[in-house]
Amino acid sequence: MTEDTGGWFADLYPDDEAAAAERISDGRADAPADWPRRAVDAGFAADTDEYYERLHAATTTATEAAVTERERADDQQLVHAVRAMADCERTANELAERVAEWGGSRYGESGSGVAYAREVAARTDDEGADRALRSLAERVVDVAEQADDLRGYIERTAPAAAPNLSMLAGPVLAARLVSLAGGLEPLAKKPSGTVQVLGAEDALFAHLRGGAPSPKHGIIFTHEYVSGTRREERGSAARALAGKLTIAARVDHYSGDRRPELQRDLNERIERIRSRGGDDR
Amino acid sequence: MTPPLPDGVERHDFDGETSLATRGHPEYGEATDGEWRRWNPHRSKLGAMLALGMDTGLDGGETTLYLGAAAGTTVSHVADFGGPTYAVEFAPRPTRDLLDVAERRPNLFPLLKDARKPETYAHVVEPVDVVVQDVATRGQARVAALNNQFLTADGRLLAAIKARSEDVTADPEAVFDGVLSELEDDFEMLETEQLDPYHEDHLGVVARPLEQ
Repeated sequence: MTEDTGGWFADLYPDDEAAAAERISDGRADAPADWPRRAVDAGFAADTDEYYERLHAATTTATEAAVTERERADDQQLVHAVRAMADCERTANELAERVAEWGGSRYGESGSGVAYAREVAARTDDEGADRALRSLAERVVDVAEQADDLRGYIERTAPAAAPNLSMLAGPVLAARLVSLAGGLEPLAKKPSGTVQVLGAEDALFAHLRGGAPSPKHGIIFTHEYVSGTRREERGSAARALAGKLTIAARVDHYSGDRRPELQRDLNERIERIRSRGGDDR
Repeated sequence: MTPPLPDGVERHDFDGETSLATRGHPEYGEATDGEWRRWNPHRSKLGAMLALGMDTGLDGGETTLYLGAAAGTTVSHVADFGGPTYAVEFAPRPTRDLLDVAERRPNLFPLLKDARKPETYAHVVEPVDVVVQDVATRGQARVAALNNQFLTADGRLLAAIKARSEDVTADPEAVFDGVLSELEDDFEMLETEQLDPYHEDHLGVVARPLEQ
């Protein structure tokens, strides 16, 4: 842990507001002390009125800057990370197909995907084409590992950026929803019916043009509460889940409180949906 | 007998309903009566404690450390009748609103800090007469214990304990008993009362630090 840096005003020039704000944010002390009196004794302020004036300026400046930094750090970093993860996964799969096709022509094996690329990367054949193929396979493995690293980053940071949403959806689905909406705030402002079909825009527009059935779920299909519910009840499960996710996103955006009861409410809803015989609503 | 209200807090009539009020800039669409603005006990746990007649020991003018200030609804009233008021909040978004509240109150000092890490604000916060605690997190007794160091010897802890933050499934009474017995390691309990009908499953606590 960092050392005790003394009172926030220690060794500061009274009119250096930027340095004062930085001290408020980064300073540390093992215990409180009569800072107003000490500041006056040290000549930082003429009297306690002036001390409190300076404290007010420093705390509001520091807190404004910290809030801006944390907000930027939170949901937008998540959006970038989840999009990068998706790009890495897609690219790794695409290139893995290429490796499989090429590898089949040389080794006669019929593996597929990143697992096969891993095998090829470990081969020791040494003709020119083998070397070229092995190098490509190594890149595939690298990109797949990059996707895993990004997933780890999302799993660590999503619960801080959107605690309730991450609790209900899991960090990766939470991040995907934030990304599809363009941020936590736009997600919080969407009606539940929109959240339910986020990621199913093609199907939704086909429906709106006429003819096609309305999509029952978008990306939230990946949630076990939707995909693990039998087909006839999936629409209800998706609607119930989307409703709670919408509330969670709003709480995360507007208040930041943790609401463990949301999880319990959702569990109860899904249990009721799954246990009903058929047409009782 | 109902203890007297702190100086700077009065009962006023708002649309035929008597309610607590403080003098200051309105912050959350509350009703006003001249320069007095309604302190709605349904929106403020400390407001509920006062409305229920709990003996908070507040006289007005106290130096206060407020943990869990959120958007600043309650702390705006505390700053209206109190002295220097340090407002700690951990979530960035409500802190934005808290900044607006603080902008208009020279005695309100907003801090984006984690109430579980007092070493990150002990270089700013002076010893205080009152710690108000309203943190919706598990381990509320521990937060109080960690912040006991800020209280002067005859200071007061005014806490709103939220049962659901500790354990959603457990019986609130059992949760309160657990939290109270943990608090008793560091504090002498002066008064406890459930905050309904204003706040469900919340326990108001008035306590003072045990002599070290």
